[in-house]
Amino acid sequence: MHFLSTLFAGLFFGTGLILSGMANPTKVQNFLDIFGTWDPSLAFVMGGAILVTAPGFWWAQKRTTPFFHDMFHLPTRKDVDARLIIGAAVFGIGWGLGGLCPGPAVTSLLFATPGVLIFIPAMLVGMTVAKFTVLPPRKVITT
Amino acid sequence: METEFTPIMSLLGGALIGLSAVILMASHGRVAGISGIVSRVLPPVIDTKRLPQGLTFIAGLLLAAPLWFGFFGQVPIAATSSKMALLGLAGILVGYGSVLGNGCTSGHGVCGISRFSVRSMIATATFMVTGAVTVFILRNIVGG
Repeated sequence: MHFLSTLFAGLFFGTGLILSGMANPTKVQNFLDIFGTWDPSLAFVMGGAILVTAPGFWWAQKRTTPFFHDMFHLPTRKDVDARLIIGAAVFGIGWGLGGLCPGPAVTSLLFATPGVLIFIPAMLVGMTVAKFTVLPPRKVITT
Repeated sequence: METEFTPIMSLLGGALIGLSAVILMASHGRVAGISGIVSRVLPPVIDTKRLPQGLTFIAGLLLAAPLWFGFFGQVPIAATSSKMALLGLAGILVGYGSVLGNGCTSGHGVCGISRFSVRSMIATATFMVTGAVTVFILRNIVGG
């Protein structure tokens, strides 16, 4: 049952990405192209997600524990450091260049378009390099 | 190239992404951050305890597109840029930046903002700005 809930979470996430247009790199880049062929759709993706997630998280955390686990693991850090800003800035540059972020890239993988077959291995390399170099890895999740 | 403005579909898709995040929080007490889920299966520190759940989530994510194709008979994946070197660079930056900044569009942009996390709001604002500047340069100066 607890694996089934995770499988469905993944399935819903992927379907949401497809339905919303996030799996279309041109649409993502158009969202970012405010002074060009601007397509504000993706603001509605984030809006729709937050409208469900914010009250949903509040509801979920009214319980003392999750349904299939003994505790909640929430990021606890509050400090804004250079690592956060630089990481987000670098991420954004890559996001703009390709119109892809990790979720849509993985969702697109089985259709094996050439671009995604280049992007995903490169992304895994980037992640591995970051994990090796940014040590010690600060754990975000502590509770 | 222009794309059609799709407020309803995007809102519904976003709601489905939100539902997924709520399921993960309610069932396992975890934040749905894709870069975290993916990067945790990579060396040097592989989180073996969370590996089965992470791989299950990734399996669900992978199944979405083939199932969509099965139900609607329409390929749900749009083409990327044809500039392969650019996509390679994009991948490296996305991977490196998401690990360095502890999150991506899902972890910061959806889950973090929904938890009213200041870190996530700042991260989201930052990658939106650098993304927009990058697309501007790519399309207007480099001529991509």
